[in-house]
Amino acid sequence: MTDAPAPQDRDSTTAVHRVGNAARGVSYEEPLLFERSRPGRVGFELRELDVPAVDPAEVLGEAAIRSEVAGLPELSEVEVVRHFTRISTWNYAVDLGPYPLGSCTMKYNPKLNEVASRLPGFANAHPLQPEALSQGLLALIHELEQHLAEVSGMDRVSLQPAAGAQGELAGIMMIRAYHEQRGDRRSKVLIPDSAHGTNPASAALNGYDTVSVPSGPDGLLHPSAVAAAMSEDVAALMLTNPNTLGLFEEHIVEICEIVHAKGGLVYGDGANLNAILGIARPGDLGIDVMHFNLHKTFSTPHGGGGPGAGPVGVKHLLAPHLPVPVVRRQDESEGGGFTLDYEFPRSIGRLHGNFGNVGMLVRALAYIRSLGPAGLRRCAEMAVVNANYLLARLAEEYPPATRGHVMHECVLTDRRLEAHGVTTLDVAKRLIDHGYHPPTIYFPLIVPGALMIEPTESESLEGLDRLADALLDIAREAREEPERVRGAPHHTRLARLDETRAARRPILRWQPAGSE
Amino acid sequence: MRYVPNTEDEVRTMLERIGVPSLESLFSRIPARLRLDRPLALPRGAGEQEVLGALEALARRNACLDTHRYFLGAGVYPHFIPTAIDALASRSEFYTSYTPYQPEISQGTLQTIFEWQTMIAGLTGLDVANASMYDGASATAEAALMAMRVTRRPKVVVSAGLHPHTREVLETYLDGPGGKIVAAARGPDGRSEGVGALVDDETACVIVQNPSFFGVIEDVGDAAKSAHACGALAIVTVPEALSLALLRAPGALGADIVCGEAQSFGVPMSFGGPHLGFLAARERHVRQMPGRLVGETVDARGKRGFVLTLSTREQHIRRDRATSNICTNQGLMLLRATIYLALLGARGLRELAVQNLALAEYARSRIRATPGLELPFSAPVFNEFVVRVADSAPAALARALEAGIVGGLDLAPFAEDLGPAILVCTTELVSRADIDALVAALAGDPR
Repeated sequence: MTDAPAPQDRDSTTAVHRVGNAARGVSYEEPLLFERSRPGRVGFELRELDVPAVDPAEVLGEAAIRSEVAGLPELSEVEVVRHFTRISTWNYAVDLGPYPLGSCTMKYNPKLNEVASRLPGFANAHPLQPEALSQGLLALIHELEQHLAEVSGMDRVSLQPAAGAQGELAGIMMIRAYHEQRGDRRSKVLIPDSAHGTNPASAALNGYDTVSVPSGPDGLLHPSAVAAAMSEDVAALMLTNPNTLGLFEEHIVEICEIVHAKGGLVYGDGANLNAILGIARPGDLGIDVMHFNLHKTFSTPHGGGGPGAGPVGVKHLLAPHLPVPVVRRQDESEGGGFTLDYEFPRSIGRLHGNFGNVGMLVRALAYIRSLGPAGLRRCAEMAVVNANYLLARLAEEYPPATRGHVMHECVLTDRRLEAHGVTTLDVAKRLIDHGYHPPTIYFPLIVPGALMIEPTESESLEGLDRLADALLDIAREAREEPERVRGAPHHTRLARLDETRAARRPILRWQPAGSE
Repeated sequence: MRYVPNTEDEVRTMLERIGVPSLESLFSRIPARLRLDRPLALPRGAGEQEVLGALEALARRNACLDTHRYFLGAGVYPHFIPTAIDALASRSEFYTSYTPYQPEISQGTLQTIFEWQTMIAGLTGLDVANASMYDGASATAEAALMAMRVTRRPKVVVSAGLHPHTREVLETYLDGPGGKIVAAARGPDGRSEGVGALVDDETACVIVQNPSFFGVIEDVGDAAKSAHACGALAIVTVPEALSLALLRAPGALGADIVCGEAQSFGVPMSFGGPHLGFLAARERHVRQMPGRLVGETVDARGKRGFVLTLSTREQHIRRDRATSNICTNQGLMLLRATIYLALLGARGLRELAVQNLALAEYARSRIRATPGLELPFSAPVFNEFVVRVADSAPAALARALEAGIVGGLDLAPFAEDLGPAILVCTTELVSRADIDALVAALAGDPR
């Protein structure tokens, strides 16, 4: 009975208060699959073969085949199931509690979406089966394209990019194709200093030099800074709105005009679209091309690091450059229904072996159909209320990087903790002891000691209060008992991990003891 | 709204604490003229019953493994998925977490990635594998970019049987960095020929797809030798990961980078995605690899644990000088594949590969014995091959469809020179009776 929680942990509200979202419980140890392996165990039995057996050496030649497969364990199904179930308990997850990882929009992932994506007609369909046998899926893709266009105010959408970063890549490729088709060779892309790292990486993959544009002291991008950097050698400005400080770029219209006046285009990073759903649309603000992160804004799960989906939306001027194939609704004269159109001579080409992460598209459509226009707007409003509520409760102990209200996330700092030798990293690790996933830390890069908190609309008032209490408790502890914070986490199966050691002498796979 | 907990009363409490009179005022920094002055034109929100009903209706309008027999592969392979995979991958702890930025509370994901890296290293015969790419096509493109960085050369030689979609993705990715793609010719036996003659001192890499788009097994060792003779890297891209259980490890044949598509390992076809790109390389090139890597380390108490490592290659640190812009990858698919490989193990995976081979051999023997059908290529195959029919490929496939069979891929758009040809794939999901029915349908009426 050692597994049972102590009675006081169960009932006492003060105990709950003290440990925040966490309580001590059972914690499992579990070796690597390879260490559990025992010769002769099997976890799966094959069907009986009803055609003549063959000798691979005879069919393929001795030289072409391998004698054994290295690197795979031998385990029974029971052991495999226990292994993964046990190690799953080492993960924090949205379904366990708040996951205020700024910029990642860790909102609740509805179960309906999961069920829908597993319907056999979606999960068990082949992308190259005849179009006539895929009309439901093509209709689904077409419908989601229309909805994302409406939400964003863009004219056309392609769902092909497999993640936000691939959507960015597609967007910058279309911008390059647009300029090149006009015989206009440009070499630079402007990127605010608060941007995600994927922005400059995507621009560089297109052969562009990136120019960093400084944010103003108020955290906003100012027309004067853009004008100073803008020239006829600049292909595009990439910006995120709301930006990574959680602020709406108030001067966006003027900024877009400055870029357009010199023949440049404006790329919108849709990472923070959640904050403005149904309230404002990037396409109405002057954005020419943008990507969506379906795993942020439209509730598809983050999956421990993907799969995401990064559809890209464009204005008419970039539509000829969309990735192929494009799903098109046929006129009645063509027989109706949907078809895949490859006839886009100025397309940037294909980005994905098939049509993108379709299983994620099914989930996003289920979400949009569930929420509708009012529900989407409600998400944005509640995400913003929640972020501002946390900001109001925490601003004194964790001075914010910005003044005034924010949108969907707030960026706080460790300024007041410095004197006690406690850093943002320590706060993050101590928050784990209280049962929370830490916020995004040390990003955006322009804010020293940043703690970027995005609660999302999924959290309740009392849930936010508990999170705020935990952070305030850590601030108090930093003053009274700083070494306790610096040594965190204390209640996890593993203490703080040595990342330097991992990088200095990389061990990137398991090898049996005694081997090299 | 079932996904948003706060009530109107609670919202009022919060607004008071924030110090604003209304929700509206929180949005005051968005200039009024920029705000949408109408509701979005979307279908009204609906309850679960209605939404699921509507999606079920859409799902029913597609053919799928539950309605037809599939001999269609061409880069996406129908395989049986052990039931434990869905059960385990449905655990919220896995699918509602994110990239393991905080290792102390992400060891489940990190250990899984480490196990995957170990398995892929073993299957490919290389030292280091990453934590996945979007799909086989983008993995191949990233492998080419990696070879261009390592060698500082622009030219990419590809085998004759590179999947046309992979070729298109490669073109898309290489356009910006200025890569040049040259393709080898297809020889009479279906394999690439003359690769060596295309490689020169401008060549960054030779990319061989194995098995090829036409199903044949290429001479990887020979291509690798040609590449190395000019200081280029040898890349093998594998469209059907199951073949790795049977074919000699590409790393042992000289490949420097092995990439491809691991959808066959427990990932549903799902109309083409999400799938699972993989990429493995030799240790000396690890700092030029794209994507996430997980490494072993210890915690402050000396206990083993795992962390994301060598991240100075990546976009969030290196920005415009990163090895790739990839951030989120295919984590959940990687989990599925790792569970799959753990269940099947070395022996199960090999036996399954041999079953696929046996089914292909049986089908080919029936085709050889059937008047009107021929096998244009003589090179050995794994579980996929080209069949030439007597009349027309669309007509033959239509006959198959009447028998409830998705009979393969009409190759007309991809290789016109082959005449009326169909790419046919045999996995463990088809039986002898299915193969007999397919052969009869492709041959048509003997009149």
